[in-house]
Amino acid sequence: MTGAPPIVEMKDISISFPGVKALDEVDFRLFPGEVHTLMGENGAGKSTLIKALTGVYKIDSGEILVDGEERRFGGTADAQAAGIATVYQEVNLCSNLSIGENVMLGHEVRGPFGINWKATHRAAAEVLSTLGLDHLDLRRPLSTLSLAVQQLVAISRAMITKPKVLILDEPTSSLDANEVANLFTVIRRLRGQGVAILFVTHFLDQVYMISDRITVLRNGAFVGEYPTRELDRTTLISKMIGKDFATLRSLGSERQSHHYEPRGEPLLRAEDLGRKGSTEPTDLELHQGEVLGLAGLLGSGRTELARLLYGADRPDSGTVWLRGKKTDIHNPTSALGHRIAFSSENRRDEGIIRDLTVRENLVLAVQAKRGWFRPLTRKEQDALTRKYLTELNVRPADPERPIKFLSGGNQQKVLLGRWLATEPDLLILDEPTRGIDVGAKAEIQAAVAALAAKGVAVVFISSELEEVVRLSDRIIVMKDHRKLAELENGPHVTAETIVAVIADEGDDEEGDTE
Amino acid sequence: MTVTTRPPTGSAPGPASSRPSLSDRLGARLSALPTVAALLIFVGMIIYGEAAYGRIVQFNTLSNLLVNNSHLIILAVGLTFVILTGGIDLSVGAVIAFSSVAGVMLSNAGWHPVAAVLVMVLIGSALGLVSGVLIQYFGVQPFIATLATMFLARGLASMLSTVPERLADDSAIRDLAAQLKIVDGDKVNDLVITPGVIAAIVIVVVGFTVLHRTRFGRTVYAIGGSEQSATLMGLPVTATKLGIYVISGTLAGIAAVVYTSRLGSAQNITGIGWELDAIAAVVIGGTLLTGGTGFVLGSVVGALVLGLMNVLITRDGGIRPEMTTIITGGILLVFVILQRVLAARRRGEQA
Repeated sequence: MTGAPPIVEMKDISISFPGVKALDEVDFRLFPGEVHTLMGENGAGKSTLIKALTGVYKIDSGEILVDGEERRFGGTADAQAAGIATVYQEVNLCSNLSIGENVMLGHEVRGPFGINWKATHRAAAEVLSTLGLDHLDLRRPLSTLSLAVQQLVAISRAMITKPKVLILDEPTSSLDANEVANLFTVIRRLRGQGVAILFVTHFLDQVYMISDRITVLRNGAFVGEYPTRELDRTTLISKMIGKDFATLRSLGSERQSHHYEPRGEPLLRAEDLGRKGSTEPTDLELHQGEVLGLAGLLGSGRTELARLLYGADRPDSGTVWLRGKKTDIHNPTSALGHRIAFSSENRRDEGIIRDLTVRENLVLAVQAKRGWFRPLTRKEQDALTRKYLTELNVRPADPERPIKFLSGGNQQKVLLGRWLATEPDLLILDEPTRGIDVGAKAEIQAAVAALAAKGVAVVFISSELEEVVRLSDRIIVMKDHRKLAELENGPHVTAETIVAVIADEGDDEEGDTE
Repeated sequence: MTVTTRPPTGSAPGPASSRPSLSDRLGARLSALPTVAALLIFVGMIIYGEAAYGRIVQFNTLSNLLVNNSHLIILAVGLTFVILTGGIDLSVGAVIAFSSVAGVMLSNAGWHPVAAVLVMVLIGSALGLVSGVLIQYFGVQPFIATLATMFLARGLASMLSTVPERLADDSAIRDLAAQLKIVDGDKVNDLVITPGVIAAIVIVVVGFTVLHRTRFGRTVYAIGGSEQSATLMGLPVTATKLGIYVISGTLAGIAAVVYTSRLGSAQNITGIGWELDAIAAVVIGGTLLTGGTGFVLGSVVGALVLGLMNVLITRDGGIRPEMTTIITGGILLVFVILQRVLAARRRGEQA
């Protein structure tokens, strides 16, 4: 790595969008055979920088050198031709086509009679096997694969063009630990082959596991470039946030010390609640002022259980008692009527409405609860919006800005505000902190703790076990769509405890022992 | 080492399992199921027709089915391309009207028949290009863009003439409908073929080849699956989408030639509603209106199902011809519901 000239050099890159300067004279270098992590809070300009490098955005000023040559990218195809391949956070493949075809689309092997499918599939199998995916049946539709494997297929596809630069934009945000390990094996292999890898992630652990160098951005500006081993976590975080670590600490929740002893009648009690194919019959109890964590791997049935509680899916077994009364929560509207709110894990598709303003997004649920024939006055809307923008520290605190211009963390805060505005007794949060930066994460955690202190019962779902442990009073561990165990939280419980519970329960049907 | 941690519930397959289960194999072929169903229904209709009315499985009935529906088959091939990308083309019926009226008038004005036919086809291409440009460069929804083209073409046809324009008896264009006997049966029971039918067959074969063996064709499917993904994969999305509307328009021009040569006249009200017949054929043939899934051969079967239905209704005599559209609608509904069920099954497999 030392001595070799950089394969990519971006100098003084600036990009503006209406009203925002997304990148302000940012520098970036990438060397062959290194894993380089781009770090920064949401809205720091990471995505914009990547999109400039992949030809999605045109740069306003500055220059991009690839292999020492200046390039102007008119589109993604130009960047690909220059040897830059990208794998995006959301898997951008075509689920209607076969696995093999997704790898080869646009690069099919052609003969005198058009595409030679045999040779095409052979080429696909070859590249898939270099990533350890020999077992896949190329002719099956992509949609039959789990998201994690699709992500690996997307990387295989990127490798088809034998790129010199591979950009991985948050490839791990929907993978579990095992899958991440797998992905890293692949990344190390590619690095060994001399590919320059640009890696974007929110997980600090992963940064230190895989990357050689780190470039930090903040508010669209270049903060610095550091070798990973010379930058400890605390320094890295304070560089990202622009505050020192002590300030950061005080943002964190004080939940750890707090522990709630449930008393009296539970707010919600479910017996044998289940639905064929999604959740095995499950019992659970939830008290006022309590945070119940749902822990488990992705796909363990956490979301499915939450959806049953909210009535988004109809249970086909079991009974629910709400405030001691047998209740049938058969759809989201009735759930809202019973003061149960649910914030979906899928922020982009089931959460925000991109083109509406912050205010309009925030008042949606309150309005739905009141009924559309009794519209909130503008005054009420403004009051609500002001209240939650301040309370949750949404930045920028501009109620009339379309929500799509906010960073992911701030969008999430607005969503939280949307549900808080309905004044729920039970709030279900499905992955409220996924894909958002450390600062916003801490703020959301603090908000959850504050809610519980006010007597709201919270169901908290997160893939980050540390977070579940820190926030919850009780933890339900799920696996294979059923409740595995229920833990009283306390000093003895750590993320490792939960991992042990999941791991202990036999690898009987998966065979994924390493 | 497996990379999935998703438990193998129900039909969800574990990639590590070496022998694919039945549902696995079905899963891979599930997208062809509506097309197979259409084929089965077509065969069923033939068997029923033969049993109930007789004289269905014989040369002249089947020849006529092809001859009378060759223009519809050609239109359906064009719409298959469009619908596979998730688009729609409402203009093809009106394009036929404009193209055929223009062609007949040019021919009668003394143009060389080859030139007249060429103009007819190019009118289709040009109007297709207009739709494509509206959609691709002005961001107009395909529905609205092709609706505009439809009004434009219909209007142009009416400006040329509002009365039936008869093709001169000695025009060479009529030769395109000349019946070539392949098998000379007893009495009128001959297997015949016309240049129009040959054109339709060639177009189907070419259409199939383009869709399945060229990068252009695969891009069509990719766009239908996810246009955003296709763009990010670096596929030529813009050129492809322009291309498919030009193809659809061009094929409408060719359909105009085939239809006009057979009828021997053209009028500005020709082809009203044919775009909908063609869309129905495509859908019955198993192509999803949302794009990404479907086959040209399915659309051919769909067109033949519609054609055969008309034959059966005529033969029955007891069914009022006015009911034809109700029956068409019924068949369409059955197929759409079938597709919904299959789509739901496929989603279930993913979950």
